[in-house]
Amino acid sequence: MELTRRNMLAISSGALVASGLGAIPAFAATAEDMIAEFTGGAAVGEGELSLTAPEIAENGNTVPIEVSAPGAVAVAIYADGNPTPAVATVKFGKLNPSNTVSTRIRLAGTQNVVAVAQMEDGSFQQASAAVKVTIGGCGG
Amino acid sequence: MISRRDFLQVGMAASALVGASGFGNWAKLAAQQTLTQDQLLEFETFGNVSLIHVTDIHAQLKPIYFREPSVNIGVGENRGKVPHVTGADFRKLYGIDDGSPSHYALSSGDFSSLAQGYGKVGGLDRVATVIKAIRADRPDALLLDGGDTWHGSYTCYHTEGQDMVNVMNALQPDAMTFHWEFTLGSERVQELVESLPFAALGQNIFDAEWDEPAELFPPYEMFERGGSKIAVIGQAFPYMPIANPGWMFPEYAFGLRDENLQAVVDEVRAAGAECVVLLSHNGFDVDKKMASVVSGIDVVLSGHTHDALPEPVIVGQTIILPSGSNGKFVSRVDLDIRDGRMMGYRTKLIPIFSDVIEPDAEVAALIDEQRAPYEAAMSEVVGQTDSLLYRRGNFNGTWDDLICDALLTEREAEIALSPGVRWGPSLIPGQDITVEDIWNATSMTYGQAYRTEMTGEFLKVVLEDVADNIFNPDPYYQQGGDMVRTGGLGYTIDVNKPQGERISDMTLLGTGEAIDPARSYVVAGWASVNENTEGPQIWDVVESHIRKQGTVTVTPQDSVKVLGA
Repeated sequence: MELTRRNMLAISSGALVASGLGAIPAFAATAEDMIAEFTGGAAVGEGELSLTAPEIAENGNTVPIEVSAPGAVAVAIYADGNPTPAVATVKFGKLNPSNTVSTRIRLAGTQNVVAVAQMEDGSFQQASAAVKVTIGGCGG
Repeated sequence: MISRRDFLQVGMAASALVGASGFGNWAKLAAQQTLTQDQLLEFETFGNVSLIHVTDIHAQLKPIYFREPSVNIGVGENRGKVPHVTGADFRKLYGIDDGSPSHYALSSGDFSSLAQGYGKVGGLDRVATVIKAIRADRPDALLLDGGDTWHGSYTCYHTEGQDMVNVMNALQPDAMTFHWEFTLGSERVQELVESLPFAALGQNIFDAEWDEPAELFPPYEMFERGGSKIAVIGQAFPYMPIANPGWMFPEYAFGLRDENLQAVVDEVRAAGAECVVLLSHNGFDVDKKMASVVSGIDVVLSGHTHDALPEPVIVGQTIILPSGSNGKFVSRVDLDIRDGRMMGYRTKLIPIFSDVIEPDAEVAALIDEQRAPYEAAMSEVVGQTDSLLYRRGNFNGTWDDLICDALLTEREAEIALSPGVRWGPSLIPGQDITVEDIWNATSMTYGQAYRTEMTGEFLKVVLEDVADNIFNPDPYYQQGGDMVRTGGLGYTIDVNKPQGERISDMTLLGTGEAIDPARSYVVAGWASVNENTEGPQIWDVVESHIRKQGTVTVTPQDSVKVLGA
């Protein structure tokens, strides 16, 4: 029996995801706008904020990420290539044992995941990670 | 005071000396027909600890031919760096004489005639002899297997890896890590791993559901050798569910996880490790980058990309040694561990010349025992070859040209796709092609040869996607395979362009017309990572094609034009 049209459609939809690769900048502006809204336009620096994500997603539909933000009161996470870039905004209370959040997110294609942290002193920090979504194949 | 760096340089000099005495003389010795086992094994025992590394054996129990690549392009910072140096350039770099045994073992060029002279390589019975000789020098040497052991042959497929487990157990490894093993399916992997009398390691093997380290695969094992504590950390192939069918092992997640590796290194150092060894299936360029990102690793035993280098490459204070594939090489690494750190090293990449190294009788008998039930079926001669059949190389090899021809004709397709895997021994002109030879080049648990339609646009997406898995300038985004092989389809590739812009001039070779993005083409291929792929097994397709040919002749194709190399 041959590959059915349905199977092919399934393969093709994977391809559509991958072909979104070149199109990152189309959405990037939107994520930028959202970050500007979160920070109120304040300057964003670097610091102890860290974002851990796989270099290549095993499954673009459920990509594990972890943000560690010592000294932050809130963290906003964006996927700059998704049709809706806002992923989550997390607020940390004083009783939080650690300012760490981990979750799984869906990525429409290869893109940057960005975390922006609002610190106790009102300043902002940013960290990002490029995550590749590929149709895969052929390991040596 | 002599710094640690000075000691490393002394170690390097020592290693170069061994390389010189081992390699430089072979040309003359071979000319005199006096290459001996003693010369191949010659090694002045050094320090207090010995490591023995084998990797990417791909279930090759018996001696085979294996041609090293002539095209192996490095990009970004690795452009022009080893192992991305081939043929005559490689020989010049290491001072290897043309026509010498080292030429034959380590580089491409004049392969067919040298193979006639020097004979086959590998065979786990010969590997056993070498391991036993090293253990005679250093009884407590650690034997470390870098994985891709339970995959790649007729018997391995039919015994679901049991043949390899039985023979490797006889060699008494101390630890192992993994890649293709997982394509046996997670249930079988668990069954085999639970049976192993040694450590199955993988700091980057996680439970997919909980994103926590998988219990079956500890991150490291601590050994006490030569009065020193040695931590061996496992690093499995990071991109298993992407490069191979993830649906076969859905319980597991992988990834590079270098932050976790750093935590593990810190943990073992805190626990008193005086030497940290990473048993890695990352691939060479990934290992180089990881050694620069993670601190505290002394030795990386590197696998996956099937490279073989006569000397280690040094990154910071870490030495990296890749030990080839298919049973063709064994690395010996002697270390001087004193005062809680590595003070020096001496290494040797030992090529397994099958006609020079005496098979170990016990292991030879064990290998024959594994093969006996299948010997009749797999020794059947299907045809002959007039041409050298090989696979390794970034773009195409004659084995894959033959496989693509088989797909085009047997499956009546316009275009054929064959995966850019790096395993599969070579056959030299005049050899019979047996059922076993075909399986050596095609055996896998997802070998169904699909036949489908793809638009020109989708074909380009496929080529661009795979090309980025090889030529992304950041090694962390590379998967370690070669480019997908194409039949009936020519193209131009500029390796230095970004994804989406590398591939141009796609041409349907049958008509000479440019590929139309909107048109659908009939495509035959194999090794799809998608579940429920249907079609005959690729080895049956290839066997049928070769039977019709009788004697196969494959002219190397020039339908892929490479720019920017």
